[in-house]
Amino acid sequence: MELIFEKSKAGRSCNLLPPCDVEKAPLAAEIARQKAPRLPQMAEIDLTRHYSALERRSHGVNNGFYPLGSCTMKYNSKINEAMAALPNFTDIHPLQPENTVQGSLEVLYLAEKYLCEVTGMDEMSLQPAAGAHGELTGLLLIKAYHQANGQDNRRKMIIPDSAHGTNPASASMAGFSVVNIDSAADGRVDLDALRAVCDENLAGLMLTNPNTIGIFEKDIEQICQIVHQAGGLVYYDGANLNGIVGLSRPGDMGFDVIHLNLHKTFSTPHGGGGPGSGPVGCKKILAPFLPSPRVIKNGETFTFADAPQTIGRMKAFYGNFLVVVKALTYLLTIGGQGLTDAAEMAVLNTNYLMKKLDDIYDMAHHEISKHEFVISCERIKKEVGVTALDIAKALLDYGIHPPTIYFPLIVHEALMFEPTETESIETLDHCAAVMREIYELAYSNPEALHAAPQKACIGRPDEVEAARNPRLRYNFE
Amino acid sequence: MTVLYAKSHEWIKKNDDGTALIGISDFAQHALGSLVFVNLPEVDDEIVAGEPFADVESVKAVSDVYSPVSGVVLEVNEELLDAPEKINDDALGAWFIKVGELADEVELFDEAAYAAICAEEE
Repeated sequence: MELIFEKSKAGRSCNLLPPCDVEKAPLAAEIARQKAPRLPQMAEIDLTRHYSALERRSHGVNNGFYPLGSCTMKYNSKINEAMAALPNFTDIHPLQPENTVQGSLEVLYLAEKYLCEVTGMDEMSLQPAAGAHGELTGLLLIKAYHQANGQDNRRKMIIPDSAHGTNPASASMAGFSVVNIDSAADGRVDLDALRAVCDENLAGLMLTNPNTIGIFEKDIEQICQIVHQAGGLVYYDGANLNGIVGLSRPGDMGFDVIHLNLHKTFSTPHGGGGPGSGPVGCKKILAPFLPSPRVIKNGETFTFADAPQTIGRMKAFYGNFLVVVKALTYLLTIGGQGLTDAAEMAVLNTNYLMKKLDDIYDMAHHEISKHEFVISCERIKKEVGVTALDIAKALLDYGIHPPTIYFPLIVHEALMFEPTETESIETLDHCAAVMREIYELAYSNPEALHAAPQKACIGRPDEVEAARNPRLRYNFE
Repeated sequence: MTVLYAKSHEWIKKNDDGTALIGISDFAQHALGSLVFVNLPEVDDEIVAGEPFADVESVKAVSDVYSPVSGVVLEVNEELLDAPEKINDDALGAWFIKVGELADEVELFDEAAYAAICAEEE
């Protein structure tokens, strides 16, 4: 397929505006551009065809099953989009006077209150733009807290090997030194290993619960107690909240600060359809440090205010506002009981699919999973040379988006499935049948799997070359 | 010059002048697959036995590289920054850092003992 720059023809354009009939007011010479930007020149019809063709080559939840583990690719109801497209939300400016955008401020205020209720937190900022940005924000709250207490020495952040993959990078960005601890044989946090690294330099612990192999940290109260006794705080990575939302609350488990992914648990688009949103919630002790500005309610009026010891802005203005509109729509559409039902269905779907495959595929554990399960293809690789990557590529030929692969690192040749609550039993049965067929192929005709995908428009991109020598812009020469 | 290995798949070659070279084993580069990025410490950085001093990134994952000894970084093999594939091509030749002021070390194994560890992992 030709790139848009290759389709460009000099002089063609989309005539969106009539010719200008007022005198032009040129920019000052020193700031005016000397050369026209090299943008593609196309008629509108060719432009829409180009993007429609790209759309046909992509795969989203509207095209088929998308069990990407740790990403919670649930269906995003159209009503979310309809609400976010309302002109009173879209035709406003972030610098408009507060009294003219009371409804939008109420959306932020309400969303914060509901999300606090769902997670057991006291206060929240909707500002962070996505999950890892939320992690950074939450960690900066922890840092500010220790500094305010005169304990700037507390820079050690413990991260179990079953935590979400972005945690070590976020901790590093926030100025902490990362200490990894290995999980116990059952895949959970090893309490003795945790105790061994708690000391007077402890800043906190980052935990994902359910963890990356899909099991619940049943010792969570004890874990929080150990960290708190050492003077540390406990951070909840909300990546896997979908397995427990409406059933249990991080705040009740003892967590001090959390981030949520509205684009995972709360049904806003994930990936290209984003942007994301990673609200950070906290207990009262951290609230004075929350990012600015916050929305507060004075009588019947909503207004912006700064937290007293705020860490400052984490993003321009108020976060990705329309994403919050979509998440609030989701919450108001399904309600409290709906959230609980959704989590239960997500867990049921996960265990159903896992059970349909566990007689042939090796599972990372044999307990009841929460929101996701992990297959290890290590044995298959040893026996017939078929890898997790081969199986992922083969799934493309069946119209199924592959699960997450090679993560978590603690499971070798990992395939990580998260079906979510919005998939029907027919879809799950189809996926199980496809996975069984691929398994048989692995043993009868492994070459077919090495050659997969056959039907996708792009087979196997050269990932190594792309990573070593990325071409990030069009070469005009 | 004898090569010794750590259980976490790094090698160390000790020179007669009290310095040592450190890299990752052939088994490690093979398990990681094609490397696309390497993150190295800086000269004069202190490194601690058993703690990460560098990381390597393949298309599959980012992995920490642990130091077999405590010491101070004398030299960094900057060639690897532009050409991480050298680690895949010749793991024993592609040293990451040269270290001095050697102190504590983790448990080290000779080639045969290390081969046995790898066989067990495989």
